[in-house]
Amino acid sequence: MTGVLSILALLMVCVATMLIAFYGLRLSRTTSDFYVASRTVKPWWNASAIGGEYLSAASFLGVAGLIVLSGQSGLWFPIGYTAGYLMLLLFVAAPLRRSQAYTIPDFAQIRFEDSVLLRKITTYLVVIICWLYIVPQMHGASLTLSIATGLPGWVGPVIVAAVVCLTVVSGGMRSVTFVQAFQYWFKLAALVIPTLFVLFQVMPEYSVPERAAAVAGQLQSIGGMSLYETISIILALLFGTLGLPHVLVRFYTNPSGQAARTTTAIVLCLLSVFYLLPTTLGVLGILYTQDLGANNADATILLLPQRIFDGFLADLLTAIVVGGAFAAFLSTTSGLAVSLAGALSQEFFQGTVRGFRISTVLATALPVLIALLTNSLALAGAIGNVFAFTASTICPLLLLGIWWRSLTARGAIAGMSVGAACCGLALLGSNMLPESSDSLWVLMLRQPAAWSVPLAFVVMILVSKSTRRRVPANADRVMELLHVPERSYKPAGDTGADRLR
Amino acid sequence: MSPALQITLIVTIVVVGIAIVGYLGFKISRSTNELGTYAEEATFQALHHMSIAVPHLGRGLTEEGAAKSAKALRKLLGCSAFLISDTRAILATDAAIEFTADLEAHAQSVSSSVIGSQKTQVHRTSGLDLVAAPIMVGGQAVGTVTALAERAGASFVRAVSEVAVFVSAQVTTAELDESKAQLLEAQMRALRAQISPHFIYNSLNAIASFINTDPARARELVIEFADFTRYSFRRRGEFTTLAEELEAIDRYLLLEKARFGDRIKVSLQIAPEVLPTQIPFLCLQPLVENAVHHGLEARPDGGRISITATEDGLHAVIAVEDDGAGMDPEQLASVLAGTTVNMHVGLRNVDVRLRQLYGNANGLLIDTAPGAGTLITLRIPKFRPPQGLETDVLA
Repeated sequence: MTGVLSILALLMVCVATMLIAFYGLRLSRTTSDFYVASRTVKPWWNASAIGGEYLSAASFLGVAGLIVLSGQSGLWFPIGYTAGYLMLLLFVAAPLRRSQAYTIPDFAQIRFEDSVLLRKITTYLVVIICWLYIVPQMHGASLTLSIATGLPGWVGPVIVAAVVCLTVVSGGMRSVTFVQAFQYWFKLAALVIPTLFVLFQVMPEYSVPERAAAVAGQLQSIGGMSLYETISIILALLFGTLGLPHVLVRFYTNPSGQAARTTTAIVLCLLSVFYLLPTTLGVLGILYTQDLGANNADATILLLPQRIFDGFLADLLTAIVVGGAFAAFLSTTSGLAVSLAGALSQEFFQGTVRGFRISTVLATALPVLIALLTNSLALAGAIGNVFAFTASTICPLLLLGIWWRSLTARGAIAGMSVGAACCGLALLGSNMLPESSDSLWVLMLRQPAAWSVPLAFVVMILVSKSTRRRVPANADRVMELLHVPERSYKPAGDTGADRLR
Repeated sequence: MSPALQITLIVTIVVVGIAIVGYLGFKISRSTNELGTYAEEATFQALHHMSIAVPHLGRGLTEEGAAKSAKALRKLLGCSAFLISDTRAILATDAAIEFTADLEAHAQSVSSSVIGSQKTQVHRTSGLDLVAAPIMVGGQAVGTVTALAERAGASFVRAVSEVAVFVSAQVTTAELDESKAQLLEAQMRALRAQISPHFIYNSLNAIASFINTDPARARELVIEFADFTRYSFRRRGEFTTLAEELEAIDRYLLLEKARFGDRIKVSLQIAPEVLPTQIPFLCLQPLVENAVHHGLEARPDGGRISITATEDGLHAVIAVEDDGAGMDPEQLASVLAGTTVNMHVGLRNVDVRLRQLYGNANGLLIDTAPGAGTLITLRIPKFRPPQGLETDVLA
């Protein structure tokens, strides 16, 4: 029974996604009125879309799992995921919107016209980051489907890849903002409903102060992360958000730098509201699903309804969560697939239509293979590693590129290479280590961000200083483009003639 | 230390070691293979110094480029000091000896006299000989190269003259590049869609017909007309946003509707993501004008024009479709090739501009047949590379 309802929910999400992708544009914007057609996306819509694209498997399933596993320390993840947007708001959103660059390689090209090598390196890094980011989504799909319905593990990733490929290749997802905005509110609902049900069922039991204190005690008793790990994770999450390719692309839907700032502020609120839910469910998970063990902790949210309710209500709530989880996998994967296919087709197929299609298939098929060949890590942790990698490579390029005039192409290349090599090798190395060892050296390999991010910055600054003569000749002009507010954008119809009507 | 960590360390060290040895081996094998006899090596050295100098002269006689090429050229000649000057001052000095103010003043005066005479000159002073040769572009001396050596023999003087010829060739190429860019810009300006005279005539006539019957509407139309012409006459920038172009099309269609009444129906499907996309100025309006005149004008019951804009990865895809008369594909091909004139000039202009801006693969895509309507599709990269930025700011 659980299986049937969950599969139904999953099919509904897939079909709804595809229908909105194919027909969404037609529904929303067929008009003969130029004024209506030329209205840009409001920051609210855009913020919902960013939220929809950003809340991935790690946020939907992983956060609760981490809280079950590592107690209070797990709370740093939702805080980091959200606070990253604060960094984006403060340092990157508006200048990047003004730069007219659509992708990070485009930004590299604007900042350093002459360096073809820098553009290439950035492209490859973006490709690697997207792939690394898609793989945990596929792991999440595999886990969700096999826990909820008992189907074999490969079905989930294949469904996600197929739906994403179909919508992107067939020319769907064209009005992607509306699809993604819908996904945010759907995901929120898919967690709000079970949370409310569970809380109403459980609250009477825990309203006594003694019981509440007991819960707090249980929360504290779980061994958390060390100080170094915590610092490293916060650094990775704060700086990693700055360089995520699929998040940055959304900002171009904003008509101006100012609108980009407003959008980011709204995103901050939306994310804060969303993360209340997995956190709550995670704490409840400590009480009811403590027996899951490290490998299945990510299934906490999926299993919680079954543990508290029984019968049809439990099945229905599980089905809702499964639907929401698939919405998370689909939206994040499609956003990443579009960015990734764009970068691949630009680099290898001269940006043709056919090249874009081949790239989309490549972008989704390869992560499915990797996901099937590897084991699922803790989802939030795997995404945390991607953030660490982004923070050691793309983030220094963006931050210094936007805020430091004297950055040179050689400095950028050196810094990104050092960051990528250190962070990548450390993460690879830590995978080969046994789980149990906990010395500082092992932790430094497992969570490299605390040293690899500063290292990348330092290398970038030092090499730029030593190649001072190679500061691009147009640096001042590019800085002006990035930081001087643009002429206000005028939507169609909002002119003199309009006043007369 | 755990065994796994040891293995990782060992593997890393081995990989790095292999990489270093491989790199060194590659370097050494390259350096021994390529150099042959002494004469070959000398030729190679000379060519190498020249090839270093070439890219720096690519932008003409600038201070920065001259400094870098002077270094390479001094090594080529093997002299103690090498100077590049333009007609006003010394641009760059590269010296292996102490270069005093006296020497500089001397070099400056020789340089001026060489520019005047347009001939290579040799000045012998105590200890140092000075050879200066003119840089000639189009029969005019635009600067000099000056070499200082302990003793300048006949072969050295010839070598300096040859270097001057070499620099002249590079500077000439730079000027050619510049004039090519200017030509391209002039061509772009010429191609920039002009308002058709027919449209002005027809609009004014339509407005005139309203002046007595409906003065308020006539007033409104005159303002629309003024706003539309202001948009199309504007000087600033080669690019505009899709939103602004749609606004201009709206004005244009209002004016056409004054003539055609309800015979033209328009529908729009615009993905809001592509509204801020930078597109070439007036690249859509001519397509709509073409649809109105060649597609719908002839049909007594009018027809429908639909404009769609969608996002496709890193491109914006914009389509203009009408259900009017259509065109003969062969005739259309000859129009686009430029062999038939006076028909669909607007289409050809847009096509040529798109190809110049975005490469040959990104021109107009036209699906049409007689009686079957016309669908014109544009595929525009959303990202505009930075060189556009500079002309935009300057223009």
